[in-house]
Amino acid sequence: MMHLDEKIWLTLSFGIIMIFMLITGYQAFALEMGPPSHNEILDPQKVDETAPFDEPGIKQIGEKEYEVVMTLQVFSFTPMELEIPAGSTVHFTLTSKDVVHGFQVANTNINAMVMPGHIQKISQKFSEPGEYLVLCNEYCGAGHQLMSTTITVK
Amino acid sequence: MDAAIEQNRRAAVLSEKKNKVLGVCLEDARISKSYLAVAFVALLLGGLLGLLQGLNRAGVLELPAWLNYYQILTAHGLLLVVVLSAFFTIGYFYAGLSHTLGGLLPKVRKLAWIGFWTKMVGLVLVVVPVLMNEASVMYTFYPPMAAHPVFYFGLVFVVLGIWMLATGAFINVAHWRKNHKGQHLPILAFFATGVFVLLVGATAFVAVEVLFMIIPWSLGWVETINVMVARTLFWAFGHTAVNIWYLTAVSAWYVIVPKIIGGTRWNDYLTRVVVIALVIMNITGGFHHQIVDPGISLPIKFMHVFMSLAIGFPSLMTAYAMFRVFERTGRRKGGKGALGWFKKLPWGDVRFLSPFIAMAAFIPAGAGGIVQSTNQLDQVVHNTMWIVGHFHLTLGMSVVMTFFGISYWLVPYLSKRVLTPQMNKLGVIQTIIWTVGMVIMAISMHAAGLFGSPRRTSFTTYGDFAETLGWNPLMTAVGIGATLLLIAVILQVHAVFNMMFFAPKGEVEFPIAEVEKNETAAPYMTERWGIWVVVMMIVIAMAYVLPLTDMIVNAPPGSPPFKTW
Repeated sequence: MMHLDEKIWLTLSFGIIMIFMLITGYQAFALEMGPPSHNEILDPQKVDETAPFDEPGIKQIGEKEYEVVMTLQVFSFTPMELEIPAGSTVHFTLTSKDVVHGFQVANTNINAMVMPGHIQKISQKFSEPGEYLVLCNEYCGAGHQLMSTTITVK
Repeated sequence: MDAAIEQNRRAAVLSEKKNKVLGVCLEDARISKSYLAVAFVALLLGGLLGLLQGLNRAGVLELPAWLNYYQILTAHGLLLVVVLSAFFTIGYFYAGLSHTLGGLLPKVRKLAWIGFWTKMVGLVLVVVPVLMNEASVMYTFYPPMAAHPVFYFGLVFVVLGIWMLATGAFINVAHWRKNHKGQHLPILAFFATGVFVLLVGATAFVAVEVLFMIIPWSLGWVETINVMVARTLFWAFGHTAVNIWYLTAVSAWYVIVPKIIGGTRWNDYLTRVVVIALVIMNITGGFHHQIVDPGISLPIKFMHVFMSLAIGFPSLMTAYAMFRVFERTGRRKGGKGALGWFKKLPWGDVRFLSPFIAMAAFIPAGAGGIVQSTNQLDQVVHNTMWIVGHFHLTLGMSVVMTFFGISYWLVPYLSKRVLTPQMNKLGVIQTIIWTVGMVIMAISMHAAGLFGSPRRTSFTTYGDFAETLGWNPLMTAVGIGATLLLIAVILQVHAVFNMMFFAPKGEVEFPIAEVEKNETAAPYMTERWGIWVVVMMIVIAMAYVLPLTDMIVNAPPGSPPFKTW
């Protein structure tokens, strides 16, 4: 029923899918490059009273290491306009005070969904100096296109 | 065994002859024509809105205050992903059921009409709040963004209509099987069965989301909603829906296109295996839309990478089968050498050209799909214009161009008219314009996405970032693509209504390819739909029970409704 070349084709197809699986698994579990998947909850209607979001801001936690606690709400980020020295690693802790938002920094691998009721975490090392665009990439309402800020790496 | 096969073949030939003598059943044709008419009106409106979006994002069109970008985008998505695709799929498969099963039963015909009007009522209820800017929530309507309750009631009616159509199809198929014991369901009806099984399976999830979660919440009966559960239920539906339209296109690739090029169709057994595989593995694919979500553990996400990639396998089987059929047919027509067969294909026939380009487009489209289903690569492109480029390749080319190709024989067949050489030429021109427009648009969108341009965002420069990040020329190209596409839409809609009402009278065939003469019959196992549905439910349970239970048991306090537009 099957031709030899079809068997070869299907074996290759299966092999490609398996190689994708292996690389994805190796990256996620051995290299700890898994996608942002933090599992912690809070009351979305009491974000301002819940630690750590009662004190949003940027804090140095080590040499060239920073923690940013940030809330997303229509149509802004709190805090806005961050500044860090080049070569810093930044750990973002994020949540939404209203609808679903997306947290993306252009020209980096930062890309995460930020949902009300859930705390999301993502880290990134900023090696190159310059100004980075932070934007919301999930439609969140009439001013969605205005929801952006910057990270300045000096 | 051989006697039984011979008997099957004779019965098939007999029913074919009967259909040829009787031609199309006019009452059944009216059903299909109504569905197709709605589908192509939706294409016209959706295409027009698409042009407005394209020009807005290119930065050359500022929308008036009474018509905002997100309202247009919501309508564009619903008209094309839900209305055009669903109405076309139903019209096409009901014509196929009528043709291959010896006509629709009177009660099925009645169900099809009730389903039609139920869907139309649903559509009006969905469209009115969108027009009034009370439901600018996109095709995905993620809570806690809340539209006017009427929008959700409309969705319920649309789903009810789909269930009626599915029931009708199942009744007709069961009736045929009762009278043809031991025979394989005709292949097009087999595809239809798979499609309607998936439609019921997929819409069940969104029905639970809308009926039991969103409606009580949007009416104020409950104060808050679990946003993660709603989102997860949506994607079990949302991704399957687009895969159903793809499976519909695939049915034409396997069954119709080989006949149009004067060949035989691919091995019957393997064809049925592909259908069964696509049905069983489909619904669990939806999870890859949530790869960068919080609250879902890495092992679950990894399992879902596998479940998503698994769907690639039957598609790779299809890729082989199609080109093999082309080669076989081309060689039989005298094509010599490594690629001589390629020239023997009927390139001037729109009924072949359009679905062929659709298939070719699925090579980059499917490859992009595999790439973006893997964790880390998804993180690069999630919610960027890349994704928009991806589904304009898969839906806008692979699916819709196949539908266009079908329309050039199905509409004349249903209307007892002919496809004139002039209309064929118009179709070829339309196909070329659409292809050029879609290629320009899809490539620019993929590139803009890689540079970080977000999807679902009206024109914005983000200060001067759009310039420095290199988005602007790409978005201009999107606008050019959208302009070409609207020209092609107008030609296509003109062609459909011309063939429906004005083309010269005559008879055209419903092209269904035969199997190879010496082919052994598929085992009867393929016909055991009860088993396949159970296997499908087991796979769905493996994928969803654990994460959904976790989302419900460990849920945060819920969210109240928001209207943010």
